[in-house]
Amino acid sequence: MIQAQSLTKFYGEHPAVRDLTFEARKGEILGFLGPNGAGKTTTMRILTGYMPPSRGRAKVAGFDVVEESMEVRRRVGYLPETVPLYPELSVVEYLAFIGALRRVPDLDGRIDAVLEEVHLVDRADSYIGNLSKGLRQRVGLAQALLHQPEVLILDEPTIGLDPAQIIEVRKLIQGLGKDRTVLLSTHILSEAQQVCDRVVIINKGAIVAEDTPAHLQSQLAGAERIAVRVADGDGDLRSRLMAIPGVVSVQDGPVRGDLEISSSPGRDIRARIAKTIVEAGHDLLELRAVGASLEEIFLQLTADESADQDGG
Amino acid sequence: MRNVWIIAGRELRHYFISPMAYVLAFLLYLILGGLFAINVYYGLQTGQVNPDGRLVIGPMVTILIFTTPIVTMRLLAEEQSTGTIELLLTAPVRDWELVVGKWLGALGFMVVLMAVTWVYPIILHRMTNPGIDQGQLVSAYFGLVLMVAAILAIGTLISAFFSNTLAAAGATLALILLLWIIGGFASGAGGANEVARYLSFVSHYYDNFYRGVVDVKDVVYYVSLTVLALFLGSQVVESRRWR
Repeated sequence: MIQAQSLTKFYGEHPAVRDLTFEARKGEILGFLGPNGAGKTTTMRILTGYMPPSRGRAKVAGFDVVEESMEVRRRVGYLPETVPLYPELSVVEYLAFIGALRRVPDLDGRIDAVLEEVHLVDRADSYIGNLSKGLRQRVGLAQALLHQPEVLILDEPTIGLDPAQIIEVRKLIQGLGKDRTVLLSTHILSEAQQVCDRVVIINKGAIVAEDTPAHLQSQLAGAERIAVRVADGDGDLRSRLMAIPGVVSVQDGPVRGDLEISSSPGRDIRARIAKTIVEAGHDLLELRAVGASLEEIFLQLTADESADQDGG
Repeated sequence: MRNVWIIAGRELRHYFISPMAYVLAFLLYLILGGLFAINVYYGLQTGQVNPDGRLVIGPMVTILIFTTPIVTMRLLAEEQSTGTIELLLTAPVRDWELVVGKWLGALGFMVVLMAVTWVYPIILHRMTNPGIDQGQLVSAYFGLVLMVAAILAIGTLISAFFSNTLAAAGATLALILLLWIIGGFASGAGGANEVARYLSFVSHYYDNFYRGVVDVKDVVYYVSLTVLALFLGSQVVESRRWR
């Protein structure tokens, strides 16, 4: 539904986005992950027809974003980072204005439906200026959903919300992603992990990784690690653990009795480890798998990227 | 074209809920009403009420030249500063539809504002015998609408350049005054003077419409100025996308 091909955008001399190529398939929630200033907003603005790219092409819902901008705009729902609201209008007046511009059929019915969807029915006649930040965000979302777009582009949809609101908006987006293509940007890693089917990690205007959150984790973390805590880790425990097929290394943890066991990827050896420890006569206090968090992966990737740049 | 009306409609409603518009209307009617009352008062004392229907429209022209930039300053500048421009430029609306819609909304407001002042000539007409020169009055109002339309178009254009409403108002006023002053250089004959006279913003009004003369040349001047400003405004909005 979204195809971007070597998108490049210069602001003056400065490239905000360099050679971005990615794809979002139908019914997929694609996460755009990167630190602030990575070029997420610029990319979204290109895809929504707000600004043309300096180089490269993009197709959204089968239409070129430059040549067939109007067709693209009809099929895209867009929530910009600064939610575009008119504080002097009521929620319904605002949606009626947007709906008229978008020629939404059965507008009154659609307004009722989106208000239901974003849980704003009881605030329908409130002035937008009097709404809290979380409610405004929902009005922005309602605006993006009004014309039942095939593609939803959401720029930092949870920024500035409190934790309860964040959970609610994420749930809402997950629901939306079932029958639409959603491109969502965030700099919060756990959000991408929770909500997205696939993640594109972008740094300094270029893609550094692209995969499912789970895949990224296992690929980049390499071996899987298991942390173990036993009551006393002396004796031949270490060699017994090393003897388990699949174990690559056993290292001492920061505390006495803590062990970190690395195994070759794709084998779940937790049961064997537990059994081995107990059979060796030790008390097993704790055993858990330690996947590398997206945080670590992200730092790793973006660090590599800047090292490459400095080197080149 | 329907988008133009939708945008104009929202703009027009905005004026009727904005305090700025009411302050402007209040000041305008206060000054005009005061001037009218004074004129009629002295007229009654001397037993000779001046039967000039333009008693009110004369000062109104000057007031409007100075206040219209306030009406247009927020049209695009505010959308640009609050970010709502992103909503409009990603909706299936063409850039020119946005610009023309904004201008039309402002024009609607100004026409309502000016229409109310028609009440003074009506009063005057009743008080005097044989009444006032209706043709001259209609011509003066018609010309005023054309001139205000041109000021609004220039204001809309300038507003497209700015994200700051006050800067937009200031720049608009400066440009209008410049166009006004140009006429002052046209003192004698000669090609340069002819050009200056043609460009002069207010002389097209005062020399003809105000005197009851509707000349195609003057209509063309204001209409082409309006179209040019709106065209350039659309170009400015489009060029902002490329930055």
